[in-house]
Amino acid sequence: MDYIIILIAAVFVNNIVLSQFLGICPFLGVSNKVSTSVGMSGAVLFVMTIATMATYLLHQFILVPAGLDYLRTITFILVIAALVQMVEIILKKVSPPLYQALGVFLPLITTNCAVLGVAILALGLEGGSLLKAVFFAVSNSLGFALALIVFASIREHLELANIPKQMKGVPINLLVAGLLSLAFLGFTGLV
Amino acid sequence: MAETVNQTQNFLKGIVKENPIFVMLLGMCPTLGVTSSASNGLGMGVATMFVLIMSNIVVSLVKNQIPSKVRIPAFIIIIASFVTIVEMILEAFVPFLYEQLGIFIPLIVVNCIILGRAEAFASKNNALSSLIDGLGMGLGFTLALTILGATREILGNGSLFGLKFVAENANTFILFILPPGAFIALAYLTVLFNKVTAKTAK
Repeated sequence: MDYIIILIAAVFVNNIVLSQFLGICPFLGVSNKVSTSVGMSGAVLFVMTIATMATYLLHQFILVPAGLDYLRTITFILVIAALVQMVEIILKKVSPPLYQALGVFLPLITTNCAVLGVAILALGLEGGSLLKAVFFAVSNSLGFALALIVFASIREHLELANIPKQMKGVPINLLVAGLLSLAFLGFTGLV
Repeated sequence: MAETVNQTQNFLKGIVKENPIFVMLLGMCPTLGVTSSASNGLGMGVATMFVLIMSNIVVSLVKNQIPSKVRIPAFIIIIASFVTIVEMILEAFVPFLYEQLGIFIPLIVVNCIILGRAEAFASKNNALSSLIDGLGMGLGFTLALTILGATREILGNGSLFGLKFVAENANTFILFILPPGAFIALAYLTVLFNKVTAKTAK
């Protein structure tokens, strides 16, 4: 039951992009085509899950016992940066097709605040366990994927729309994101 | 004389011409996430400005010692150290703000403005220019955050910096302090900013 609530909360109610404002840069940056947004979502799912697992273990078994909790930010970002590099190298060797699909997005992920954000938020989960933290990361990346893909589909249609000159580009995208966020607000109170 | 003019331009570019938020669209997450009130926006802006100035100075001082292959991780460590300092200072002296900004304080570390300035400016210029660049960019960021926060607070809550100027039970556009309001307010502010800068440029 706990897990179902985490999933619904992360995907719909507290959507990571549209209501928590994490990962806005890739959300606005790589959402002009549905195909690229699918690739980005895949890469985020991959990295976020592994990163949360690694940082959770690091926090639980090294930082807390050693009383170094205040080094959280600095160690987490290093772990994530190293991890992204490692994933890139391993993917290149083990699964070239997957690397082809995700390759260009991987370096961008280091500065994706959603990854660091989820890694930190996962520490504060009620009755936390490694499994729960990982599940939380997976749910959040699904939420990210949903928001990104829906947004990209809308943007593909916007290309054909007649938009006032001053609204073109960034403003209209922000406005669309605002309306999407408004739609997701309807899920409030679901869990 | 020419030196002073250069530094003034260096300082001013961050506020208008290369404003990190309205023009370059960097650091969007904290921009949207913490601006539900003017004071939150201001607090976030100042915290980010501190990290930006300090990391700019340090990066420009050690730029020759860092091999270019590992410069990005090195920059990240420098930035993360200052973020940790800010985190501890806020927790100790302004616990209210610390609670309000929450997750976005550690996330200053992945704010693209800071790494962007370290890479694009501080790693190529001396400490003084980097300090001024950080100050200008930081002020531009703080200003944008405060304006956005003030707009949302006035419309959504009928108050400014916590001072209420409408009747206690008056109807306000609550939408603006909710998440969608962040996107919508920023969209229209960007339009306004573009319009004004386009006019003054003529």
